[in-house]
Amino acid sequence: MAQQIRLEVVTPNGAVVSEDVDIVNAPGYGGDFGVLANHAPFLSTIRIGLLTYDQGKKRENLMISGGFCEVSNNKITFLVESAEHGKQIDVDRAMRAKERAEQRLAKASQHDDLINRTRAEAALQRALARMKVSKMT
Amino acid sequence: MASLKEVKNKIAGVKKTAQITKAMNMVASARLRGAQSKMEAFRPYSSKFEEAMSNLSGGANTGSFPLMEVRNVATVEIVIVTSDRGLCGSFNANINKLAEKKIKAYEAEGKKVSIVCVGKKGHQYFKKTGKIRKSYTDIMAAFQMFHAREIAQDIAENFVNGAADKVEVLYGHFKSVAIQRPAVQDMLPVQPVASEQASDKKAISGDYIYEPSTEEIMDVMQPLYLNVILYHAMLEVGASEHAARMTAMDNATSACRDIVNNLTLIYNKARQAAVTGELMDIVGGAEALKG
Repeated sequence: MAQQIRLEVVTPNGAVVSEDVDIVNAPGYGGDFGVLANHAPFLSTIRIGLLTYDQGKKRENLMISGGFCEVSNNKITFLVESAEHGKQIDVDRAMRAKERAEQRLAKASQHDDLINRTRAEAALQRALARMKVSKMT
Repeated sequence: MASLKEVKNKIAGVKKTAQITKAMNMVASARLRGAQSKMEAFRPYSSKFEEAMSNLSGGANTGSFPLMEVRNVATVEIVIVTSDRGLCGSFNANINKLAEKKIKAYEAEGKKVSIVCVGKKGHQYFKKTGKIRKSYTDIMAAFQMFHAREIAQDIAENFVNGAADKVEVLYGHFKSVAIQRPAVQDMLPVQPVASEQASDKKAISGDYIYEPSTEEIMDVMQPLYLNVILYHAMLEVGASEHAARMTAMDNATSACRDIVNNLTLIYNKARQAAVTGELMDIVGGAEALKG
């Protein structure tokens, strides 16, 4: 078996994943990146999106929302505001959230309200990411 | 002396109060467990966050971030985190008292003070002063990270606009189930987290690759850091509130027991006096009949 790297996904509500994995793929600030074992120390911000990790032939999908990740000493730690496995995602809720976010976005762009627009955009992205991840599993 | 019936009614009433306070004690202890586990769950996140912050702030230039800007302090904003509900002893009163002391001290220095209240009790206490800028009430029962985020965003905006030059958070620190103390933490401007541990570790693991640059990462992390501080304060207040209520209700229950004991004594005395009086009447009547 190839060398493995320790993956930890930590949210304010506790650790979600704490496992040894082969590879981690994550949505970084400047694009998606993959991390293998013994990666150099690395720190990046994370966009809302899909995090995947492989253990042998098994692949797990995780929806994560913004935060950052740190690689050091053969350990990769994600500090994100929320993280959900594909199976746990409530698709109906995500769907409703998407509609709500779209409405808010339309309203905010009409009034040229920058703060509400960024918030609505973030909510929309979260909803879309949730729907995408849940479809994959 | 009170009549027999009055005393009896009073005993029944106090016993019912004791039932309520006892139930509240048990509810509070159950909630405390929940609040404590929430705090435990948050600990790895916050400790990791602080570690990363201290790694980062080593190289960064503090002057270039709006949230780190140190200005001459003309206005101080105090964020007062209290509980929404009362019946928890002097817990909220202690926080409010400390806040009032702080406000007086700042005003004596000629600074202006504005208040942001999280939790209803602080709002009720300070609403007549007219210093409240914003209040968030009825959220302490079931709050999530995003509640803290909303509040932190608002506070950060206010700071960047120049409406406040310094922000402090006042909350009830959960020291143990028996002890909760009001505590103060600086929130803005963000202070560079410097710890010696971090510099040691850096020597071992070498320099980090940053993506994007340290400055841009800091830009993203600083608002998150505010969330962490505020969420942490709210968690502490949540746990402290329930612990304080447990103690208060326990005291109330034992006070009720004391009162019932005293009242029972009075009741028995009154009963005995009544019986004696009746006996005297009967004996007196019998003597009279004998003639």
